[in-house]
Amino acid sequence: MNDRLRGLLCFTSLAIMGPASAAQFSVDVTNLTHSNWFTPLLVAAHPDGTSLFMAGQPASAELQAMAEGGDIGGLETTVTALGGSMVSNPAGGLLAPGQSATADLDTDGTANVLLSVVAMLLPTNDAFLGLNSIVVPTAPGTYTFDVPAYDAGTEANDEIVNGGGAPGAPGIPADPSGVGATGGTGAATADANPNVHVHRGLLGDTDAAGGVSDVDSRVHRWLNPVARIVVTVE
Amino acid sequence: MRYLKTSSMLGVVAAVVAACDNNDPPVTPPSAPPPIAMSDFTISITNLTNARPLSPVALVAHDSIYSYFRVGEPATAELELLAESGDNTDLIAAATADSNVITTRQGAGVIPPGGTESFDLSIAANQVTGARISLATMLVNTNDAFTGLNGLPIASLSAGEVLGFTAIAYDAGTEDDTEAAATIPGPAGGGEGFNVARDDRADFVTMHSGAVTADDGLASSALTSQHRFLNPVARIEVMRIN
Repeated sequence: MNDRLRGLLCFTSLAIMGPASAAQFSVDVTNLTHSNWFTPLLVAAHPDGTSLFMAGQPASAELQAMAEGGDIGGLETTVTALGGSMVSNPAGGLLAPGQSATADLDTDGTANVLLSVVAMLLPTNDAFLGLNSIVVPTAPGTYTFDVPAYDAGTEANDEIVNGGGAPGAPGIPADPSGVGATGGTGAATADANPNVHVHRGLLGDTDAAGGVSDVDSRVHRWLNPVARIVVTVE
Repeated sequence: MRYLKTSSMLGVVAAVVAACDNNDPPVTPPSAPPPIAMSDFTISITNLTNARPLSPVALVAHDSIYSYFRVGEPATAELELLAESGDNTDLIAAATADSNVITTRQGAGVIPPGGTESFDLSIAANQVTGARISLATMLVNTNDAFTGLNGLPIASLSAGEVLGFTAIAYDAGTEDDTEAAATIPGPAGGGEGFNVARDDRADFVTMHSGAVTADDGLASSALTSQHRFLNPVARIEVMRIN
């Protein structure tokens, strides 16, 4: 090995150690639930001091659209405005129970030191999984985050599957599990806490053609955590 | 080639130094191979639930390859046996036969709610790097719920240090969660444990979704509100002694 090459290698390793935050990392999201589906995921790195949601604060209109109908278009605009780095819909659609999807992010040359991940849970009125603004690790390794389901606080958890997914429209847009219950009269009125909070879970019932809910208590309930998010820094 | 040359020169220097030494070269007496240094660990598990006995524990120390389950993949037959009936025999036997496993321990018996059991584990020091610990136990009075640890690395622990974890409940995915008396072993149901049929909604491991119970509208359930649970269901501590 000549001296010039050795000098170049030293320079390169210094350059790798230099940045305060990892520039390249992967984010693997696993749906841990027994029978809840995730709508398209948004995996976003964003600057210090910014966030997509905050427990105890009202949901933004963009978060509401994601939580009630699975629409991440508004949040994509939000992240773009922040100068963020993101991967939209790494699963290519719904992420089924037990399945995983991976997003590779490159934040080289940006100030995007925080990571957030969101997606709606189906069948629910406005539940979403949320990883909120963790500091992207800098040292090589794998970092595991188990995250709970939040309630956007924007819609009554009536548990009626009626296709209602637009912001402000009551009801659950879809039940991918195929249970197909109908005729529920409504499990609840508006949330006592209208701000973002940890979801209290589904009520459900065992009546496929009536009862208060179109959610099946034997199938669709969950216990936290609902998602495992593994950040890998090479 | 430059490295080779450098090594040769160092060798010459060492020889010169040795030649200048007036003392006789030390005599190394023939001896038995040095004893293998062991690192000792204590692993304890505490049942945090209200009314869920934990079945006799299967504890496995292993390398980075062994894994007794993965979320999203079908449970092995030995995990199915443990999760449906609480019988750890096959999981221990499979681990013992696995070249990626360092050692195993079996629990002395059922750990009742609030109870704790501790295990001592000795691992050869040269095997600690890369060593991981897994633990499996059934939540009794369920169809196929289990909890434990899944490949916890222990090499970074220093002597006297304790790692504490709370464990969450998984569903083996091998049996429909009917909660019917005939299908759940244990004091609440007294029913069947293992059954080779796989009749859950999907045949792979996920998180457990909890117990509905008869008190919450599932009339065919043998369970009452006493059997409901939230995560975490157990606390596990790993302490390195030396």
